[in-house]
Amino acid sequence: MSLFEFCERVQYSPLLSAMRSSSWVFPLIASIHLMGLALIGGALLVVDLRLLGLGLRHQPVAQVARDAERWLLVSLLVLLPTGLLQFMCFAATKYYYLTAFWVKMAALSLALVFTFVVRRKVAMAEETRMNPVWSKLVALVSLSLWSTVAITGRLIGLP
Amino acid sequence: MSLLLRLCEWLATTSGSIALHESRYMYLIVLSVHVLTLCLFVGTAAIVDLRLMGLTMQSVRVSEVMTRLLPWTAAGFLLMIISGALLFYAAPLLRYQNIFFRAKMVTLVLAGVNVWVFHNTVYRRVAVWDQDPVPPRSARVVGGLALVFWVVLITLGRMIPYQVYWFDCNRQPQPAIVNVLAGCNTDSR
Repeated sequence: MSLFEFCERVQYSPLLSAMRSSSWVFPLIASIHLMGLALIGGALLVVDLRLLGLGLRHQPVAQVARDAERWLLVSLLVLLPTGLLQFMCFAATKYYYLTAFWVKMAALSLALVFTFVVRRKVAMAEETRMNPVWSKLVALVSLSLWSTVAITGRLIGLP
Repeated sequence: MSLLLRLCEWLATTSGSIALHESRYMYLIVLSVHVLTLCLFVGTAAIVDLRLMGLTMQSVRVSEVMTRLLPWTAAGFLLMIISGALLFYAAPLLRYQNIFFRAKMVTLVLAGVNVWVFHNTVYRRVAVWDQDPVPPRSARVVGGLALVFWVVLITLGRMIPYQVYWFDCNRQPQPAIVNVLAGCNTDSR
């Protein structure tokens, strides 16, 4: 089965066809996705700002990172299923052809790996042994990666 | 015809409004800024609200979380208001007669009242509970209410463009309640 056939099968499955027939379902799912966007923004920003020496700058980085991680996971639990449902609704007629969608998926994979491997390690490390230049660089890379995810995500929704 | 409606009708005839409405990219850029600013505005506000509910950063003083994060929230709010005002300006009449837009503005005022009441009552005595991992019930209620307001605001905002499918003034007949809530001008028909 090709990728396109897979997208077709998903989009025209009985469940998704039923979902599409209601005009309320799609905007409601999109709204919940936006709530996840807001939350992930907060959970990422507090840590990245802290790494840049802004925001909660009197707290240890590791503590801010640990506190934020729980809500980062919650936001992903909101974003991933609602994102998946939006993809499934128009997989074959829209997403399959959309460069912005595939760029978003690539950026998302990179952002997730970077956040949970590199940034996590840097944030949890003993601060005194960490060169502040590295912390700032990690924050900037994190912000760039997630901005790419957000902007390409926004492009998917444009006419 | 109400004064507000006439004001919107006049706004819609100004060249800036028409230019924004008919622009190829500008409107979409403003819209995208409005949506993505959710991360900054609601994102940082949500962290503060969660701290007020005792659900995050329990070892950090509440006043510390607020002084460090609220400037970012305020910056986000400013961007939201500017981009939101431009989105209104691009289609004043359409927004004015939009049930979701109207409900969103009411919710925005209620959210503002919640913040105002908090700063003038519960937060006045913050010194007493600043260090508490879980703040007193009044603070938790304010935090929880704020989160509910953000959820409602986001949903109503997302629904604004869907008005045309459901309760558009230009698609009559509509139930009387819809015409009242959307402020449809039905006399001239």
